[in-house]
Amino acid sequence: MKVDAARRVSGFCTLLMAASLLGGCATSGNSRDPLESLNRATFAFNETVDKAALKPVAQGYEAVVPAKARDGVSNFFGNIADVFIGVNNLLQGKVRDAVDDVGRVLVNSTVGVLGVMDVASDWGMEKHDEDFGQTFGRWGVGSGAYLVVPLFGPRDVRDTAGLVLDSVTDPVGYIDNIPTRNTLLVTRVISDRAALLPAEKVIEEAALDKYSYIRDGYLQRRRSLIHDGAPPRDDVDSAAESEKKQASAAAKDGNLYAANTAVK
Amino acid sequence: MIMTKPTFSSIRSGFLATAILLFTLLSSNVVMADDAAPDVLVKNVTNEVLEIVRKDKDIQSGNTKKAIELVEAKVLPNFDFGRMTTLAVGRDWKSTNATQQKTLTDEFHTLLVRTYSNALTAYKSQTIDFKPLKMAAGDTDVTVRTEVKQAGAKPISIDYSLEKADGTWKVYDVVVGGVSLVTSYRDQFKQEISVGGIDGLIKSLQAKNQASAATVKK
Repeated sequence: MKVDAARRVSGFCTLLMAASLLGGCATSGNSRDPLESLNRATFAFNETVDKAALKPVAQGYEAVVPAKARDGVSNFFGNIADVFIGVNNLLQGKVRDAVDDVGRVLVNSTVGVLGVMDVASDWGMEKHDEDFGQTFGRWGVGSGAYLVVPLFGPRDVRDTAGLVLDSVTDPVGYIDNIPTRNTLLVTRVISDRAALLPAEKVIEEAALDKYSYIRDGYLQRRRSLIHDGAPPRDDVDSAAESEKKQASAAAKDGNLYAANTAVK
Repeated sequence: MIMTKPTFSSIRSGFLATAILLFTLLSSNVVMADDAAPDVLVKNVTNEVLEIVRKDKDIQSGNTKKAIELVEAKVLPNFDFGRMTTLAVGRDWKSTNATQQKTLTDEFHTLLVRTYSNALTAYKSQTIDFKPLKMAAGDTDVTVRTEVKQAGAKPISIDYSLEKADGTWKVYDVVVGGVSLVTSYRDQFKQEISVGGIDGLIKSLQAKNQASAATVKK
């Protein structure tokens, strides 16, 4: 089992190295995405795999399995995830949150029948969202370039390293009965994918360029998560400020429409 | 997807929703007239809209057209699309003429309304928490923070940026879980402009809106 994990880690490292080497010759408009051409290729590959295999299965799952049962499956895996959310909260020094997470696991594993029911949420114990990528960010590790990982999708270099640790420490991966383990791994992927179906329509109709839209959304979302919803004001905000000044400058130039939009 | 014929109860709830919509439309003019605080404004609009969605089975089952009508009537009057478009286009706004600015604003408006409406059809039974507003007297630019609570998942923050002009507060950005509805478009717009100029961006926006309008009618 250890050898297996080590092999997975070294595989990811090779991928990262290859990605950074290729990055040297790729051209790009976005400073946070120096590997854009490689990323776009991986993104297209992921989309093809999703369209051909994963999405139809997820749609079938949604059509056949009743909502209540799907919630049960999702809660079951959520309960396993809570263990690691707790570990990461502890690593980030958020002891109160970690205690909450342990409480959630205890309540849901017992009263919630092995995690199938999320009783803890009903009792007001809030679920958190943490992973090793966020822990690294909390520790001050830089995010690095944006990276689309084959089959896993959007990440940055820091989150890819986090993903390696997430999967190496994933308790489902350590179940010795291989059929059980594989069934659980596959079910989790399908359940996670099905949960994304409603969001997909929104993205499809909102995006001019799906690749850029997802990239920018991902980078903003991760930044917010690492700062627990209160990121410091950055260039995006200051850009908004400069737009404002620009608009009023345009007003002085006699550009009436810009003046209207600025004053409104 | 299970297809169901319209039943008496769905017709009744549709009628009820229309009645509520009409009522809120009539009463909203009264509310809008006085100088409501930004957090009160966000709270009122959110509650009114969700009240309607909760009772409307059509919207819940993904009827985007109906959701758009609701958004157009209730949400839009409180949004400053001119400001939103200026922010999304960014630096290149300076090099646009008045006609281009109007077309850009109209097309971006259509795009955002559909995005917002699609998101509304995904509403299930989540509850919204309104955070206390931090605002000094005389502030004209504030953020109203809310949180969507859902069982079995981490709550998602929805923050509204509002600006006061002519005595009225208007929303110029919505930030969902740290992702800004407006600045998420900045890179895509820059990309389109670098390829085909401002007119290229206008063309892709129009193409996008037409393609989506075709699917909405179905």
